[in-house]
Amino acid sequence: MSGAGASERMSVEQALAHLSQRRRDRDIVVSNQSSARLWPRLSNHPLDFNYNPSTMSGAVPLAVGLALARPHDEVIVLSGDGSLLMSLGCLVTAVASGATNLSILLLDNGMYEVTGGQKTAASDLELDYAGLAAATGFEQISRFSELNAWQRGSDDFFGSRGPRFASLRVGPTPKQEFGDAYLPIDQRIRSFQVALATV
Amino acid sequence: MYTGDEITTILESLQVTHVVWLPDSTLGPWEDALQDSAKLQLVRVCREGEAWPLAAGLFVGGKSPLVMMQTTGFFESGDAMRNIVFDLRLPLFAIIGIRNWLDPHSGDSAKAFAEPIAAAWGLNCDWITSAGDKPKLAEHYRHCRRTQQPGLILLAEGAG
Repeated sequence: MSGAGASERMSVEQALAHLSQRRRDRDIVVSNQSSARLWPRLSNHPLDFNYNPSTMSGAVPLAVGLALARPHDEVIVLSGDGSLLMSLGCLVTAVASGATNLSILLLDNGMYEVTGGQKTAASDLELDYAGLAAATGFEQISRFSELNAWQRGSDDFFGSRGPRFASLRVGPTPKQEFGDAYLPIDQRIRSFQVALATV
Repeated sequence: MYTGDEITTILESLQVTHVVWLPDSTLGPWEDALQDSAKLQLVRVCREGEAWPLAAGLFVGGKSPLVMMQTTGFFESGDAMRNIVFDLRLPLFAIIGIRNWLDPHSGDSAKAFAEPIAAAWGLNCDWITSAGDKPKLAEHYRHCRRTQQPGLILLAEGAG
């Protein structure tokens, strides 16, 4: 576990670049909102599902469903703090589902990024999302605010018993990464479905 | 209208693998039977908006989920349903309990809006309003699976 100073934030690009490097070939990765724009520039894997446009706070429940359906595969979901706040109950749903092959990586940038950077209700609260997850019953809880700590700690995090929750304090996504340069979502989920059926 | 054992037997025969639900007082008594089934898994969500993407994950992962909730939850989860059914174009199936539908004296606005809202979404709905309609559940489910389209069973509640 890594302590997180209030003002420290790592680069979201570097944080996700590390994830793309250490992700195993059979790992399923669900990205969402800002991360769904950035992740395709870092990873082009058939078991990626870039869930955008999504329903609000839908990425974690979708990942829970995948984890239940695919108990022998690991499911990693990237959620923003604004998205998670819209349905904090999904943390309870995730634990109650019994899925142990689930990792939630919260990309906490302290804002609603895709709408222009407005504050969330929690922006001024220093809300301890990992603490919320711990209270919910996640088996593994981690907090990372520095890239080195994330790079050093990720193997232990992913190697631990799930479900897992890590809060990554990150900076904003660079504006040039905000293009949507991929297929319509119904085509993307078909490709993803085919990939799941063939691994 | 259905007992828990009846609904569980029907869903098992339809090879439903997961029921993703947030119950009301009519669906709730089915809990023990659904929970005890060896052939399907009951998945509880905290709010109905979670149910559609969770079922989507199950479906894409190769399972056959069914969503179950009450009218008010259907209204609440409209954006989630829209995204999953119309953006992702996943043919999910749901049983929606229509609160107070059978109470002729009810002024419940949830009753008043149920049918127009289901119609506004353009969903393929079938009603179960009496015991004689019970076979419609399996028939409508099979039709929607065969044609790969989303579908709803609107289950009339409030018979007193």
